[in-house]
Amino acid sequence: MKKSNDHGKYKYGMVIDIDKCTGCGTCMVACAAENNVAVRADQSDKERTITWMRLYKISNGKEFPHTEVSYFPRPCMHCDHHPPCVSVCVATATKLDFNTGIVSQIYTRCIGCRYCQAACPYGARYFNWWDVFPQDKGMDRYLTPEVSPRMRGVVEKCTFCHQRLMGAKTLAYAEDRQEIEEGEYVTACTEACPAQAITFGDLNNPEHEVSKLIKHPFTFRLLERIGTDPKVYYHSSRDWIRKLGDNFLPGEYTPVVNKTWAEEEWSTKPGRDEF
Amino acid sequence: MDSPLLPHGVKRCSTWAFFFWTLPWLALLAWGGLSAFLCLWKGLNQTNMSNIFAFALWIVFDLAIIALGAGAFFTGFLTYVMGQKELKNIIKPAVIIGFICYSGAIAMLGIDIGQPIRGWFIFWHANIHSMLVEVSFCITAYLMVLAIEFIPIILENRKLEEIKELRIFGHNLHEIMAVFAATGTFLSFFHQGSLGGMFGVMYARPFAAREGFYIWPWTFFLFVLSAIACGPCFTILCTKLTEFFARKKLVPDSAIQLLAKISAWLLSFYMVLKIFDYLGWMYGIVPRSGLTFESFFREGPYGVYLVVAEMIFCGILPAIILMTPKARQNQGLLITACLLNCTGIVLNRFLFIIVTLAIPVMPFDRFWSYLPTWQEWGIGMAVVGYGFLLFSAAYRYLPIFPKERELNPITE
Repeated sequence: MKKSNDHGKYKYGMVIDIDKCTGCGTCMVACAAENNVAVRADQSDKERTITWMRLYKISNGKEFPHTEVSYFPRPCMHCDHHPPCVSVCVATATKLDFNTGIVSQIYTRCIGCRYCQAACPYGARYFNWWDVFPQDKGMDRYLTPEVSPRMRGVVEKCTFCHQRLMGAKTLAYAEDRQEIEEGEYVTACTEACPAQAITFGDLNNPEHEVSKLIKHPFTFRLLERIGTDPKVYYHSSRDWIRKLGDNFLPGEYTPVVNKTWAEEEWSTKPGRDEF
Repeated sequence: MDSPLLPHGVKRCSTWAFFFWTLPWLALLAWGGLSAFLCLWKGLNQTNMSNIFAFALWIVFDLAIIALGAGAFFTGFLTYVMGQKELKNIIKPAVIIGFICYSGAIAMLGIDIGQPIRGWFIFWHANIHSMLVEVSFCITAYLMVLAIEFIPIILENRKLEEIKELRIFGHNLHEIMAVFAATGTFLSFFHQGSLGGMFGVMYARPFAAREGFYIWPWTFFLFVLSAIACGPCFTILCTKLTEFFARKKLVPDSAIQLLAKISAWLLSFYMVLKIFDYLGWMYGIVPRSGLTFESFFREGPYGVYLVVAEMIFCGILPAIILMTPKARQNQGLLITACLLNCTGIVLNRFLFIIVTLAIPVMPFDRFWSYLPTWQEWGIGMAVVGYGFLLFSAAYRYLPIFPKERELNPITE
């Protein structure tokens, strides 16, 4: 774990604009369809369903008329340097690719001990409690051919749609190109979001939109202070949302702009992004 | 009926009485067998474990019985390496209890993993950075050591001893037992520590995370110390339970008192370190993560009372009782203190496993609680049944208490 991926050529990451997110759930659906995520007839048991991309409903906790509600999409954070889940895995079934920054999972090597789930503070890892697909329902026809379905008893997680990176690389190779362009490799959730709230790209490439967005003062990361170093960033003009991105002792949080949407329609005014 | 198999010069109950005694334990085993079958056949959906409670009752059971079974390696260490001859009167039951605990724990782990057939991947694709790998390696190796330590005890059976080759083999094995006791101590030290390390290294879970020395979080050392503090007490409890059911004295008081005294010192030392550990954590990791001690206990059934129970009622109190010679010589107080000590260690493991997972780290996530299913209880209870069966059979057919004849002369 001593190796750092600072010197890796690529470092894929994501910026999710919470102000743009409408909570429609398209990202969750697109992710599940793209990645052959197992479904059950009854998906209401949220403690045991699999949602690589999960939408949390958050609120500022105030009474009407000051109530504000927002949605918080949560894929795997693809923690950098020393992801909590990687070093604990007994069978080396999960690893951080130092050249892409993607934390992957080898399903056929996972023994299902679930230590990684215990170590992950984001709840981004999911165990297959049931056999994958209902038999004889014809659901296999809906599978993405590039993604292997998982067997019962193993842990799975968001892979930043790794198969899409493979596809983009193959295309570049076929066209005799050394590099893939920005936008050639994006995750299914990025592509599907109707509000275009998700931006995906190479954090190591200063030309990519994500590299610019992460420098914005409105941008923050989830549970940054425990040191997981996530590659998924969030963006919001609302302080109460940024405050919900981490745990703070009283008086610790310093607001960027101490305003809410309800108080002033500041965030919709031109110039919000140029702050 | 089975009298030719019973040890010389001791009194045992009738075969029928023994048969009826085994029935409840066999029933527990049957319950566990059915549960294991369901879990292996239908999968872990038979349990109430979830993506939140990835570790649950079985891991609590595992860690608890491994800590309680530490009496085996520690008594072995004291007897063979430190030369405490008095403890030869209790080393055999300690080894058997250790064997039961470790084999039971490994059997449970075999069901607990989602892909039991891939269990060997731990050794084949071992990730040397994982504390769980060290635990698996050492537990497996130590179970083998325990089996080797158990063999000469089995070979002391009256019928087996009549076979010359086995007798010589058993005797020779006994002669080199110090080597195995030392190996066992080394292996146990590391896996007891790694079991603690497993939780201390989860740096993204502020409730479990600990700082430490080099690669070892403080929990590494605390788990070793707590295991050797409670292991001897568990051995005392099992011996006392056997004495209760056999209605006779089996181990001289001097051996029990020596174990209790050693346990007292270790427990006291552990409590001092544990207090420092709690303080260091409360004023270090917790505020650094933006949290307060109270924030962990705001919701749900897992309140501060668990910490109070762990530290005061099941920690400091038994330490005081065991430390006071007059108190530990009183049978009732001795047993109470041993019970409290063992409960405290189980509580400590419970806090590190269940409470760690129940507390959400993300501020907008919710608190969860968990109740095991009958299948989960079945597997846990099967280990209890297996323990009672094996220990009863060992007591009946093997001379595991060397002073039994001396303490209970048969007058005819």
